[in-house]
Amino acid sequence: MSETTAAPELAAPRAPRNRRSTRTNYELYGWLFMRASGVLLLVLIFGHLYMNLMVGDGINAIDFAFVGGKWSSPLWQTWDLLMLWLAMIHGTNGVRTIINDYAERVGTRVVLKSALYLAFTITVVLGTLVIFTFEPCPAGADPELLASICFP
Amino acid sequence: MTAVLENSAEPDATPEVGAVPSFDVTLRIRRFNPEASEAAAYWEEFTVTAYGTDRVLDAMHKIKWEVDGSLTFRRSCAHGICGSDAMRINGRNRLACKALLKDLDPSKPITIEPIKGLPVVKDLVVDMEPFFASYREIMPFLITSGNAPSAERLQSAEQRERYDDTTKCILCAACTSSCPVFWNDGQYFGPAAIVNAHRFIFDSRDEGAEQRLEILNDKEGVWRCRTVFNCTEACPRGIEVTKAIQEVKRAMITRAF
Ligand code: HEM
Ligand code: SF4
Ligand code: FES
Repeated sequence: MSETTAAPELAAPRAPRNRRSTRTNYELYGWLFMRASGVLLLVLIFGHLYMNLMVGDGINAIDFAFVGGKWSSPLWQTWDLLMLWLAMIHGTNGVRTIINDYAERVGTRVVLKSALYLAFTITVVLGTLVIFTFEPCPAGADPELLASICFP
Repeated sequence: MTAVLENSAEPDATPEVGAVPSFDVTLRIRRFNPEASEAAAYWEEFTVTAYGTDRVLDAMHKIKWEVDGSLTFRRSCAHGICGSDAMRINGRNRLACKALLKDLDPSKPITIEPIKGLPVVKDLVVDMEPFFASYREIMPFLITSGNAPSAERLQSAEQRERYDDTTKCILCAACTSSCPVFWNDGQYFGPAAIVNAHRFIFDSRDEGAEQRLEILNDKEGVWRCRTVFNCTEACPRGIEVTKAIQEVKRAMITRAF
């Protein structure tokens, strides 16, 4: 009769990999998008900073009229829309990566990512709405504060 | 115009020819005994006399053989070939058999911990199974189609050169266990699996590149790499690990478009 001593209880190795097939190209596209949008953002952000802070009176020229004037032009509407969308998708995808890299528990990930996507949606919807529905010449406003385009 | 040669060195200061200087070195080792009533990890210091030619492994042998036989670690070849003794020495992953004590400033205690991110079994021994599981997943063997040729599968020197760097891997896990993405939840394939996939993906004789790229395109695959470069710094074989990972990424992108 052979007697066996039970092996000591060891800390369990990591749970076996439970990989649902995730072999889509999404992560590949995400990785490429970060680089492509990064290059575009470089132009958009520094172009934006230059136009607002350096040209003419620089930062002292920024007021309601300045913004109203800019958003009456399709060029700046497109520029700002592109900057808003690219920076938001880029930044959100970047923070998504950071959450994946640092949050250890599934629950933490779900909560953080839900908050992230909510913030993304609110910012993008409101931002887009403002760019397209901005009223540069509100009726009854102090003419001192309005852009020259309001007085044809 | 005359050069004067002055011999001011004191005669006693000249070391004996061939003598190796000896010194005391303190190793601060992270220990864990699973059989202890309260199994918790703790630090223990050992001071031993070592020589200028000694490696960390020699000092650890001295402790195990002469001071405390319960100190547990893996080693086999003792010459940087088998990949058994990767450990975290002064915060960096190295092979104990390749790290010279004199290069580590032996005037201060040298800290030695098990490699991170894998479950500790005892003292410096970790469970390597999760590491080898992802190694197996990338199919580290030659994949071909058709009948086997009657002679060797020929390859030019240039074709061999293409993946030369990644053939040097000894599967020590120093790279994977130095990666902060792997530390997080251990789900990332890890640099070593990608290095060994690279070794076949870029081998002109192999026909399994498609499958391996497909496997590493997983959400826990190459795209989790954040180019931290810890793996390249950790590799005792000097493999350019981060570069190999980027080459696999590039192959996936050219395949997708
Ligand atoms: C100025 C032009 C920009 C360039 C060239 C750029 C470039 C990049 C690149 C290439 C990455 C990927 C890094 C990686 O995969 O390891 C990245 C990540 C990231 N970017 Fe940008 N980006 C720019 C602007 C922005 C802006 C405006 C935001 C915020 C809205 C932002 C937020 C992030 C975040 C949160 C990450 C993730 C960090 C990480 O992965 O380590 N970036 N950026
Ligand atoms: S790539 Fe280098 S560090 Fe990584 S397992 Fe192979 S030999 Fe070790
Ligand atoms: S003991 Fe073999 S690599 Fe160090």
